[in-house]
Amino acid sequence: MKRYDLIIIGAGPAGLSAAVEAAGAGMHVVVFDENARPGGQLFKQIHKFFGSKEHKAKIRGIRIGEELLKEAEDAGVEVHLNAIVMGLFDCKEITVMENEAVHHYKADSIIIATGARENMVPFEGWTLPGVIGAGAAQTLMNLHGVQPGSRVLMVGSGNVGLVVSFQLLQAGVQVAAVIDAAPRVGGYGVHASKVARTGVPFYLSHTVVKAEGENHVTGAVIAQVDERFQPIPGTEMHLDVDTICMAVGLSPMSQLLSMAGCEMVDKGGVVPVVNAYGETSIRGIFAAGDVAGIEEASSAMITGRITAAAAAAELGYLSEEEFEKKAENLKASLKQLHEGMFSPENRGRTDLTVTDEGIALSSTLLKKGYVADEEISRFPGVVSGIKGIHPVIECTQNIPCNPCQDACRFGCISVGEKITKLPEVNQEARCTGCGMCVAMCSGQAIFLVDEDYDETGASVTIPYEFLPYPEPGTKGTALGRDGKAVCEAEVLSCRTAPVMDHTALLTIRVPKSMAMKARFFTV
Amino acid sequence: MRIENHPILGTYQKGPLVTFTLDGKEMKGYEGEPIAAALRAAGVMTHRHTSKLDMPRGIFCAIGRCTDCVMIVDGKPNIRTCVTPLQEGMKVQTQYGIKAKE
Repeated sequence: MKRYDLIIIGAGPAGLSAAVEAAGAGMHVVVFDENARPGGQLFKQIHKFFGSKEHKAKIRGIRIGEELLKEAEDAGVEVHLNAIVMGLFDCKEITVMENEAVHHYKADSIIIATGARENMVPFEGWTLPGVIGAGAAQTLMNLHGVQPGSRVLMVGSGNVGLVVSFQLLQAGVQVAAVIDAAPRVGGYGVHASKVARTGVPFYLSHTVVKAEGENHVTGAVIAQVDERFQPIPGTEMHLDVDTICMAVGLSPMSQLLSMAGCEMVDKGGVVPVVNAYGETSIRGIFAAGDVAGIEEASSAMITGRITAAAAAAELGYLSEEEFEKKAENLKASLKQLHEGMFSPENRGRTDLTVTDEGIALSSTLLKKGYVADEEISRFPGVVSGIKGIHPVIECTQNIPCNPCQDACRFGCISVGEKITKLPEVNQEARCTGCGMCVAMCSGQAIFLVDEDYDETGASVTIPYEFLPYPEPGTKGTALGRDGKAVCEAEVLSCRTAPVMDHTALLTIRVPKSMAMKARFFTV
Repeated sequence: MRIENHPILGTYQKGPLVTFTLDGKEMKGYEGEPIAAALRAAGVMTHRHTSKLDMPRGIFCAIGRCTDCVMIVDGKPNIRTCVTPLQEGMKVQTQYGIKAKE
């Protein structure tokens, strides 16, 4: 039996962050993961993350994963891959299946960072090949370069469903619709909007009632649901799809903690009861990341560090003073992510009707995934009628994110101290049209508009993450926020730069009257 | 079904193209990718049939949790094809219950 100061189970964002922190404090640490590669689900997250600079906002999950791996390597962290932890005992001993043999390891502290698994809702035909988890779609596309299907129905409008829908489009897969049994879009409005403006319809208060097909999915039947989430007869609608993608929530994989005898509680998924530092009812056994409550990778990385610091302090690797300073900083950072209308305590709330600023939320955004033309102008980032080029920030919910503020060197954009505030456009400052704000907005919600581009036309610059990039001079159709054609458009330029990290700036010319309506381009 | 050029990821790093068989039929895939990825790229949806009701099953979770995608690989049943790397000459068979078709 081998001994360590600290054993970490799970080499995802929480586990690796914990390992880096612990190794930095001088602990002898080992990480076990059942997968062949470390990083957990980070390497499938190809979108830019939210938050502020210290949360690695505007950096794509895959790059955050690469950085974290390098940090762990530099810190000399020992990672065992293809290692399935089978047992956790209250004496802080574990049994691990490696190379078809069972090994024992023991430590003074253990951090469980096993993450979560996807939920499922059964329906007629749900076992057919072609019904897959949203995570499976991400794995196939983003890790292995294989399209999961050719036309997909996405079930679930939380951030997972929205982000994966967009990734499907990026992989060249059609998305027939995004549906959700809930009456409101669950994820960030900006994630919904970037899907909706490509023309994908959203059906809220709808569920999938049947997967059609003998040997694999050949279609889907969806139906509207009543207040009790029961399908309403007569509202059925057939969709031509070969894949049904399920994004109906995640459940913590907390079995090891139950096994060890930690006190558990059911909070829409069984999680351990933990103190402010992630320590369970058993001293020296901690939980970090999704296993302690579903959030996202940014907060998992912070909770990983907090638990590791606590474990280090408990064993005397950090002085009380050092620990308190560290914990205070980390908790302040976590608190920033926990603010706004998507905070843990606001989860599942359907009664929010105004932003923190007192502005009425867009009702079409919550029902159809886009902000209607008549609603958009009430948000502080949306300005029009200004001379020359300027940003239009279609950010309409209080989400923790502020890269736009740092992106503009000319002071056009301000969010302020509180990162959940809606960004404002300063009309006094002079926009140079550099487009950095467009490329840096993780929500792809910023556009550059020049209403005086020429005699009759305006230019609109759109964040564009699809291939092929349209050539200048290409004539096509501009789509509105709702994904419907609004006018003819011509491509003026399609700019890329390493600093923009694959978000191209596509500038199109549209008639002046369409400057505040045209938000996507298709040939 | 393969993504040639991705707007964010560019091209994918793959091992050499290798040959394997599915129920005796010759197939191509890249060494080291999951068997399930090679099969999906080739348009194969069904990995196995259930023992009692003979219902088809394919990829569901793609991360080795759900065991829906198990097949017989080199004579061994119940191999999770979504987490088992493809190798040259592998003999992959559709699984019926826990056996190959007789």
